[in-house]
Amino acid sequence: MKYLALVYYQESIINAMSEKEWQDLNQECIRCVEKLSGTGNFIIGQALHPVETATTLRVRNGETLISDGPFAETKEQLAGFYLLDARDLNDAIALASNIPPARLGSIELRPIRELPPKT
Amino acid sequence: MKEIKDRDGGELGTEEHAPPSPTLSPDEWSRLYRDHSRQVLATLIRLLGDFDLAEEAMHEAFAQALRQWPNEGAPGNPIAWLVSTGRFKAIDQLRKDKRGRDYVSQLAPALLESVKSTHDTEDDTCFSDGALDYPRDYAVSAYEAADAELEEQSIADDQLRLIFTCCHPGLAEDAQLAMTLREMCGLTTEQVARGLLQQPTTIAQRIVRAKRKIRDARIPYEVPGASELPQRLAIVLKVIYLMYNEAYSSSSGDAVVNGDLSAEAIRLCRHLQALLPHPDVAGLMALMLLQDARKGARQNADGTLLTLEQQDRALWDKAQIEEGTQWLDWSLRSGPAGFYTLQAAVAALHTQASRYQDTDWVQITGLYDLLLQMSASPVIALNRAVALAMRDGPEAGLELLDEISESGQLDNYHLLHAARADFYRRLGRKSDAIAAYRQALLLTSQTPEKRFLQGRLAELQSAG
Repeated sequence: MKYLALVYYQESIINAMSEKEWQDLNQECIRCVEKLSGTGNFIIGQALHPVETATTLRVRNGETLISDGPFAETKEQLAGFYLLDARDLNDAIALASNIPPARLGSIELRPIRELPPKT
Repeated sequence: MKEIKDRDGGELGTEEHAPPSPTLSPDEWSRLYRDHSRQVLATLIRLLGDFDLAEEAMHEAFAQALRQWPNEGAPGNPIAWLVSTGRFKAIDQLRKDKRGRDYVSQLAPALLESVKSTHDTEDDTCFSDGALDYPRDYAVSAYEAADAELEEQSIADDQLRLIFTCCHPGLAEDAQLAMTLREMCGLTTEQVARGLLQQPTTIAQRIVRAKRKIRDARIPYEVPGASELPQRLAIVLKVIYLMYNEAYSSSSGDAVVNGDLSAEAIRLCRHLQALLPHPDVAGLMALMLLQDARKGARQNADGTLLTLEQQDRALWDKAQIEEGTQWLDWSLRSGPAGFYTLQAAVAALHTQASRYQDTDWVQITGLYDLLLQMSASPVIALNRAVALAMRDGPEAGLELLDEISESGQLDNYHLLHAARADFYRRLGRKSDAIAAYRQALLLTSQTPEKRFLQGRLAELQSAG
């Protein structure tokens, strides 16, 4: 079963970090990915640039509308994602609890929905 | 723990079950359903991997038993019979249902496995296209196999799997409560709604959503491992206590105690203690039994709430007090005293005083000190203030209430204002007391509570 672990934190917390704290966090994330890869639980994952770099688009009446920033202002911002292969939700919770930013913000776990077969 | 008997009779999975007599009276049937349907359901959920399918299969199995047992005699192990029958009914249903065939092949490997191992030679024909049409001896041998499979331990484990799944932290608290009442206690959606003072459609939606999350997010049907157990058990206990509290002080309505839900909470807790003996489980059971023992004395004939001071202690249920005290002792002997055990100790001290004047407020205040260290809850702080006011006088109580009020969290909690009113009354500050009673009255919708507050108010106003 696949779960998407969406990593959220307040970017203000990150901005307030010293350079060393930030580098340490990044190294910790690299080790986390290595560990998850080693156990076969890591499918793919990426860190994201801050939310100020986000662009939102939507298509209405065939027209593509572009706007700056995320769709909704939220207290915490999406900072990255992990696609995990886990036995079940408890397993996914156990894996995601090792993602370093879980200490700073929150991880949202979403089960992957398989699309129906092509008809 | 052995000295305490299961008062509901053969509800526990670990007990010997006498086979029911061939012809059962309606009472015996409802008892059989009451005692065994949750065990059958819990095991069917594991075997079928789906709540709704298992529920339907369980009902089918009982219906089949109703038809068959009066003529052919009841089986030696009714639970095993019901599980096997339910399992075959479910497979039968799935075979007839086109969508079900995909389900059997994709989602229920455990189901396939269990049937294959039961009857190896039949598995090809069994799952070829068309309705499952098993010969009678096949069914019989499967029942026997299920008999062996259904050892006491696996029945108990399935019960625990069910309660830990219903109380999974991935479900919202109100969904945990509704699922536990529905699946563990066997209440209908209407009964759950009545107990929780909600619309049946609200409860039905909550249950549908919870089941969908269990399925789609794949919440596993398992008992948590040792490292997660304390945290997960705390959630289960919270749900049981919520169930009990909901019953004890339904937020409106005429009866102070909703007997159905409080009995369910105690029954479920007793069941949990049998499955998973633990000091916190025993502590919660002691607390509920000791509080529940006073329910007959909490209201007078016209439905007015009575305080501990006014209650006729002869009306307290001595058997429940006895049982609650035994569980409290067991809990204190078996581990560090947790949140519920300490509260049970407070309740026990109340029951030990033969008159209100004999209440040991020194010890009770001490217990509240410990409770407050454990949980910084403003409600606990309020209870401590009431106990301390009994020990040191209402002035001291008022000082504490001022501190508690500062946070503002209890502004709308009628008992804070009722306590304040009582302290003023005892100090002879009549107009302050009247104002506080009026404030408390505005904040409660519960009839017995209102009558009590109105009575106090009338006394003060008539005293000139």
